[in-house]
Amino acid sequence: MTLAGHYSYWVTMFLMISGLYIVIARGNLVKKLIGLGIFQTSVYLLYIAPGKLIGGTAPIVAASFSTYSNPLPHVLILTAIVVGVATLALGLAIVVRIREAYGSIEEDEILEKDQAGEDGR
Amino acid sequence: MIGDHLPALQVVVPLLAAPLMVLVRRGTFAWLLAVAVSWTALAIALALAFKVREAGPISYAMGSWPPPWGIEYRVDALNSFVLVLVSLVAAMVAPYARASVAAELPRDQHYLFFAMYSLCLAGLLGIAITGDAFNLFVFLEISSLSTYVLVALGRDRRALLAAFQYLVLGTIGATFYVIGVGLLYLMTGTLNLADMALRLREVGEIRPVLAALAFITAGIGLKLALFPLHFWLPNVYAFAPSAITAFLAASATKVSVYVLLRFYFLVFGVPLVFGRMPMAEILIALSVLAVVSASLVAVFQRDLKRLFAYSSVAQIGYITLGMGLANEPGLTGAVVHLFNHGLTKGAIFLLLGGVALRVGSTSLERVAGLARTMPLTSFGIVLGGMSLIGIPGTAGFISKWYLVLGAIAHGYWWLAALLVASSLIAVAYVWRFVEMAYLRAPAPGAAKLDEAPPSILLPAWIMVAGCVYFGLDTSFTLDGARLAAAVLLGGVR
Repeated sequence: MTLAGHYSYWVTMFLMISGLYIVIARGNLVKKLIGLGIFQTSVYLLYIAPGKLIGGTAPIVAASFSTYSNPLPHVLILTAIVVGVATLALGLAIVVRIREAYGSIEEDEILEKDQAGEDGR
Repeated sequence: MIGDHLPALQVVVPLLAAPLMVLVRRGTFAWLLAVAVSWTALAIALALAFKVREAGPISYAMGSWPPPWGIEYRVDALNSFVLVLVSLVAAMVAPYARASVAAELPRDQHYLFFAMYSLCLAGLLGIAITGDAFNLFVFLEISSLSTYVLVALGRDRRALLAAFQYLVLGTIGATFYVIGVGLLYLMTGTLNLADMALRLREVGEIRPVLAALAFITAGIGLKLALFPLHFWLPNVYAFAPSAITAFLAASATKVSVYVLLRFYFLVFGVPLVFGRMPMAEILIALSVLAVVSASLVAVFQRDLKRLFAYSSVAQIGYITLGMGLANEPGLTGAVVHLFNHGLTKGAIFLLLGGVALRVGSTSLERVAGLARTMPLTSFGIVLGGMSLIGIPGTAGFISKWYLVLGAIAHGYWWLAALLVASSLIAVAYVWRFVEMAYLRAPAPGAAKLDEAPPSILLPAWIMVAGCVYFGLDTSFTLDGARLAAAVLLGGVR
């Protein structure tokens, strides 16, 4: 196995680290959620890529096939995608509420408003 | 027979109640259903606990698919203990929530509050009962997503930011956990925790397994607010609705501790976690830092909810300390503290909800002279505080006693001394409340306050009574914790 032979892992790691970096480095709440989405997506790849066998087919028993790909990671990740969508939807809903309450979605501006002692409601 | 399906019903009952509440859209109906559901959950958890004690672990095959192919629900001495704690707290918080929620949330949100509460309960019970690593992740997210909503319902607008930060960190934590589980799945080809443990022995201590250990430690560490990963916790506890603060403080972090215990001792095993990797040293160092620094920070808080939130970070430090000691008294102490601290913090935050209701705030200045107007509430908080300190006769003493024994068994005398010294810092922050409530006169011109209503005092005082009762009669907690520690150490081979 060469470095290039592991390219699916390299892609996974790149997505994982860049997603996490965006979450930490960006102050804009929507951008943070985008980073979070990329981070979660990298995990989908981590699960699905090793399940594929080159030349493998769908796991349906038939006389002419002997190699099958693993279907379980797909099922797991289907669940994980649903969880990811729910998280993103909820996150965006909270950002909308934050925008209504503070008039901003920049983290530093929001913290500044709280520091200034303007008590909400 | 319905008795055979108790493990499934434990999760299914609260899970089905939530959509029903949303369909009916009535606050009172939702509340009654939430009370019924949480008491049913408690009854099931107790039935399971006694069954496990008599007949040993119960294995339940979801949909009759035998493990390791199907999802297995497995109840043993360790998680039946966690199930009792979570459902007990839920059963106390549900009746309490009506008055507290009525005061803090608009009427049209009440049914949604109770729907989320039931979902959160289902998620936490699911985490505790399942024997499947991926199923655990799904329940982790069910409980977390409903928690984010509940926190965002807080009155103050800062609750929104707290919920958002918790969402980001919680999702990172859960994703780290899935990465860890993914690596373990790649190495073992199974998701059943018991099966995974067996196959890991054959796989050996290779790098992906070590990476999985690191990912799961960091991920669950975020969820349980292990020392440097605790930054989400104080804001969440301070701004969430009172009932939710009490519920979360008593159950959510404890369930995460359980997950870490299960993975360390029953999946990875002691030789890998504490032999090959220096997790004992790391856990003990972080726990000591948590206990000392969070207790010190608590002393300087101006708001009671924040004060006790930092105290929670410190108390979780005691639990992870017992985990790091990894010997019989240490683990007994960790498991019994899981229960005792859940009870104590639940009681304190329930009473603080009463303070928030009457005083309108939980800031220290506003509670001056509280003992004169709300004597029962104040005395309850003091008793809870004594349990936090670990004064003999309270539940907190029992757990600290075992932690000290665990430290001495390792020959860590400095650690035993430090545990005792850290209790003195707890005296300092509890004293801040005592001084304000008992020794100061009420602010001139302050309105005459009534004692909190019975629907708030009764559940809170049941838990306060629990703090004292389990400090005197330890047959349920300590025997349960000993059995749980035996299960944990029995997994070591």
